[in-house]
Amino acid sequence: MFEALTLQLGYNAVLVTLGSAALGVAAGAVSAFLYLRKRALVSDAVSHATLPGLALAFLIMVAFGSDGRFLPGLMVGSALSAWAGLWTVNWITRQTRLPEDAAIGAVLSVFFGFGIVLLTIIQTMQSGRQAGLEGFLLGSTAGMLRSDALVIAAGGALVLLATFALRRPMLMTAFDEGYARVQGLNTARIDMALMVLVLAVTVVGLKIVGLILIVAMLIIPAVAARFWSENATHVALLAALFGGLSGYVGAALSATAPDLPTGPIIVLVAFALFALSLFLAPSRGVLASALRHRRLQHDVHLRQGLLALAHNQPVYEAMTQRMLRAHGMMRADGVPTDAGRIAAAAALQDETRWQELRRIEELAMLASRDDGLTPITDILTADQVALIDNRLKPQGVI
Amino acid sequence: MTPVELAAENGEIVSENLDGAPLALRGVTVSYGADPVVFSVDMTIAAGSMTAIIGPNGAGKSTLLKAALGIVSPLAGRVTCWGKPLESQRKRIAYVPQRASIDWDFPTQVRDVVMMGLHHELGLLSRIHGHHHAKVTECLTRVGMQDFADRQIGQLSGGQQQRVFLARALAQGADLYLLDEPFAGVDAATEAAIISVLKELRDAGKTVVAVHHDLSTVEEYFDRVFLINRRRMGEGPVAEAFTQDALHATYGGRLGDGLVARAG
Repeated sequence: MFEALTLQLGYNAVLVTLGSAALGVAAGAVSAFLYLRKRALVSDAVSHATLPGLALAFLIMVAFGSDGRFLPGLMVGSALSAWAGLWTVNWITRQTRLPEDAAIGAVLSVFFGFGIVLLTIIQTMQSGRQAGLEGFLLGSTAGMLRSDALVIAAGGALVLLATFALRRPMLMTAFDEGYARVQGLNTARIDMALMVLVLAVTVVGLKIVGLILIVAMLIIPAVAARFWSENATHVALLAALFGGLSGYVGAALSATAPDLPTGPIIVLVAFALFALSLFLAPSRGVLASALRHRRLQHDVHLRQGLLALAHNQPVYEAMTQRMLRAHGMMRADGVPTDAGRIAAAAALQDETRWQELRRIEELAMLASRDDGLTPITDILTADQVALIDNRLKPQGVI
Repeated sequence: MTPVELAAENGEIVSENLDGAPLALRGVTVSYGADPVVFSVDMTIAAGSMTAIIGPNGAGKSTLLKAALGIVSPLAGRVTCWGKPLESQRKRIAYVPQRASIDWDFPTQVRDVVMMGLHHELGLLSRIHGHHHAKVTECLTRVGMQDFADRQIGQLSGGQQQRVFLARALAQGADLYLLDEPFAGVDAATEAAIISVLKELRDAGKTVVAVHHDLSTVEEYFDRVFLINRRRMGEGPVAEAFTQDALHATYGGRLGDGLVARAG
């Protein structure tokens, strides 16, 4: 396995691994924009709609006397039928009141069903020569040519370049479509460009990941990346990294044993990254929110303790006492320290400001932001705080 | 008969010299389904004015604004800005959308949202430089949000979100500002901050148009009103057009007399 990951498994395996990494980076980057535009499911329709075109391209090439497995030819065929599928989804949503998910479901199944019929026909007619085609369902890198790997790597690079060039308009459209249009962006064309990128990733990835599972590469990297960042650019970069890692590691692993399908292994690696993100990511991860809950509990006890100190009330709860001592606010004998007195005064001032806020008609609706812990200065702007403090001053001073 | 001729027939004074008007709509009709939401509306926004678009719920206020901005395409009619087609004047027009139309969980920070206002300067590929960041900070300062630049937008209160949108419009340095219910769901301190920025803009010769729903503040905030209830119900300086009769005609029986009395 170590040999595989360090590209020492031989020429063919190296080609596959590098091509697959390039594809993964491109798919990951596109996935981020697709996810942010909330159209991840469209990739499912696009990928399944490639099958009839793939089979037809094969039939046509055989009819013209080639062996039918010329990769660029198959890619053109699948791109055309994926385009037809995409167009049908758009047409159905535009012309009828059907929601997009229904249109996607219909197109996906009909195109895929038609493709399977064609595939069966090919199997009965050309039993000797169809060998390669089912490989496109789940991805197969056995017998991949150098030229195939180059086509895939070049396709991935092109997709990546186009994604980079379109990143600003795509983000603006995803965030605020109306505003993007007012800025003079043709949002319909930008959405179409995003779909072309999805289509390109699908077609480029057919050979390695396969058309059934390519959808995973167009969804998982983005959702995994989203756990780590609140910044769209970082999400896109991380998604590209996750996609590239999955492609690289997945292809390398599948090269260690004969007959291991590449697509499923790549998707499993991507899933591992997703699972790691789900649990470990600092702000949105499951572990982090459990820790946050614990910290919240501590903060609540500390705050209640400080307010009790400020009012010279005794502290009964064991956890509250523990928190106060741990933060150096209270001595072991229950007497507040100097730091404790200062912090208690600050907590009381904050509390007073929050209470005054509820009495100010102009600010009262912000009271819903009062969680008892967040300092008011974190929530309000300086002018809003000044307004409150002004009212809290003794009347004579004003 | 064109709407203009129709209006002239009714004895209204219609100026067809629209060259100076930052925004002019003629015979604009918008329909989402079978029924027009906005029917054959003429609107002329005077340069350097602050106009409130008012009317009851469902009267087509927001739709009219969206048609003026080219977000929805009208079934009929035309929109001109400074006498030229809307498309050629995009850079000079800034838009503050309704807060409800945004996904606030979107991974973007306050600074990035305001940076979108520099879209015309940045284009597709040019790098973001120090002076772009400085511009963003300046605009955030104008709306009192400079301390919030690195917050994720979902962490802000409604009023603060609205201030960020205003900052984004300011960053663009436009001449015409169109706002869709800028005061809906914001605290009064924010309302005051927004209105003071808008008045600054007007005093600097810019033109401001806002869809507005609070009749009690129309006189205080705006100098012109445009009344709509699917059709154009009136237009002009607040003192002349914001009358009890016009409000009754626009709102029908649905408007409490108390509110109308204030407008008297």
